Amino acid sequence: MSPATLDDEVQGGLVQARLAGDWTLATLGPQLSVLDARLRQLNARSAHWDLRAVTRLDSVGALLLWRAWGERWPDETAISETHRRVLVRAAGVTLPVRAVRAPYDPATPLLLVGRGTLTLLEHSLGVIALIGQIVLDLIYLIGHPRDIPWREFSATLYKSGAQALPVVALVGFLIGVVLSYLSSLQLKTFGADVFIVNLLGISVIRELGPVLVAVLVAGRSGSAMTAQIGVMRVTEEIDALATMGISSSLRLVLPKVLALSLATPLLVLWCSAAGMLGGMVSAHLEMGLSYAYFIDTLPKVVPVANIFIGLGKGVAFGVLVGLVACYFGLRVRPNTESLSAGTTSSVVTSITAVIIVDAVFAVLTRSQGIP
Amino acid sequence: MLGHHSLPAASPENAPVIAIRGLWTRFGETVVHRDIDLTVAAGEMLGLVGGSGSGKTTLLREIVGLLAPSQGTVELFGSPVQSDDPELRRRVRRRFGMLFQQGALYSALSVADNIAFPLRELRQLDEDLINDLVRVKLAMVELEPSHGALMPAELSGGMVKRVALARALALEPELLVLDEPTAGLDPDRSASFVTLIRTLQRELGFSVVMVTHDLDTLAGLATRVAALADQRIVACGTLAEVASMDHPFTRRFFASERAQAALQAAAR
Repeated sequence: MSPATLDDEVQGGLVQARLAGDWTLATLGPQLSVLDARLRQLNARSAHWDLRAVTRLDSVGALLLWRAWGERWPDETAISETHRRVLVRAAGVTLPVRAVRAPYDPATPLLLVGRGTLTLLEHSLGVIALIGQIVLDLIYLIGHPRDIPWREFSATLYKSGAQALPVVALVGFLIGVVLSYLSSLQLKTFGADVFIVNLLGISVIRELGPVLVAVLVAGRSGSAMTAQIGVMRVTEEIDALATMGISSSLRLVLPKVLALSLATPLLVLWCSAAGMLGGMVSAHLEMGLSYAYFIDTLPKVVPVANIFIGLGKGVAFGVLVGLVACYFGLRVRPNTESLSAGTTSSVVTSITAVIIVDAVFAVLTRSQGIP
Repeated sequence: MLGHHSLPAASPENAPVIAIRGLWTRFGETVVHRDIDLTVAAGEMLGLVGGSGSGKTTLLREIVGLLAPSQGTVELFGSPVQSDDPELRRRVRRRFGMLFQQGALYSALSVADNIAFPLRELRQLDEDLINDLVRVKLAMVELEPSHGALMPAELSGGMVKRVALARALALEPELLVLDEPTAGLDPDRSASFVTLIRTLQRELGFSVVMVTHDLDTLAGLATRVAALADQRIVACGTLAEVASMDHPFTRRFFASERAQAALQAAAR
């Protein structure tokens, strides 16, 4: 590789520009702007160009020259035939109109809101269509019980339910401990220590257990489902299923949604139990409340309706997370960006929807389960 | 004036483009390559052939440094591919372009951004020049400037190959590495792609190493053929020489009627 050089001299009133060496990306790179300025300057003095000593010319060098020449051939150019072809190729590229920035439109915020609303509407319609498809699949399965996808159902149950037990227990236990500890500090100042059982029982069984499990399931299983279905779309596996006459909604979506609707309430029960245990241990250590008293009081102050509310929430959240995960998975387009965006939307939407549905539950069950 | 001339271990001008010496590859107990030596001189177009599982693609991946050989060295332009110096490693990698079998276009970027990507990574060129260069590269591979706005998912198989070729040529490489350049193309497109590469090679003067099992591609492009079998290079020479070799693999590989037709076409 010989460096690119540019010499100029004045001969009989004429400016002679002599180029030599390799005019390639590798040699030009660091000194591009310097050479560019000198070339333009020489062109302004209508120099005669001598390129015969150039050993290599690539498209970077050619474009540099062509732009310096004001995108036309100078009057006097000495150049080898090979290099002329390279230059002609670079010159053949028509210049596009440089993008002009659009002026500010006062309606832009309005358009944004409108577009957002339309997207929301589109997603809602999509989810409703998916629910409809699942209902149709369920009706079909009643007539054809042999087609029930047991294997997929049990696989999802194992992956999303059984394998989630340790992490759910850990989270539930720690939340119970923390909640019990913080409440006991407050209750002690009122001398109302014994109400720790009421407080923990209602808040964990009715509210925290279901929501915590739903968030864990959305993050653990929902994201995995979206990614799995998304990759199956990218690799055309879903199309392969369709060509074999197998309904993707029946094989992929239905078992996932059903398995989650069974696994989530069970996890809620498990999480609430762990939370109670953590709260009980913490109350014992912090306030000296005996285990026997805790276990004895719990059923008296927390009506059994709370467990059913918790279980009901579990079913609803499970179905919700499953539906949202599958919906966003099926919408993935065949590129990596879409896959990551779909997974993010899936988890964010699931968690948001869970909180909203939880609020609806709170309003609907406000007269239930309070002693 | 130029930073890399002062650096040590800069490649000698006359070093071969590729120099493989005493290369062994083992995966566990399996020996894939047994003491392979191979050199490619500047301007040469080498075709690697071999049965499936003979380690052609493995050898290609070792040449571009995606895989380290178990033993032996691979040198590109006189510098080792597997070097400990990250600066040297990057400089060697910028001197060749690789065309992957499936194109390996970045699916999140448009065609134009895919081609501009290696140019932007240099951090030496201004955006206007990069845009012009992208259009030059698109024209080189016979695509319209308007194709630059398309996403890889919207391209046909032939176009993916062309865009991937344009990206491989973005940094004006001295060596082009092709992994099954015509796999998945119909014979017509495959022939025009071979013609395109040959035209570009004549104009730009790069060297080529390719793996292919397609005899028409081999006959159309390769100036030299190396046949991999029994973990070694059993034959290396012009297509006619390798085809006339007496070895079970070459006999099988070149025996079919189609192969004979391709050989005759190459001879003409």
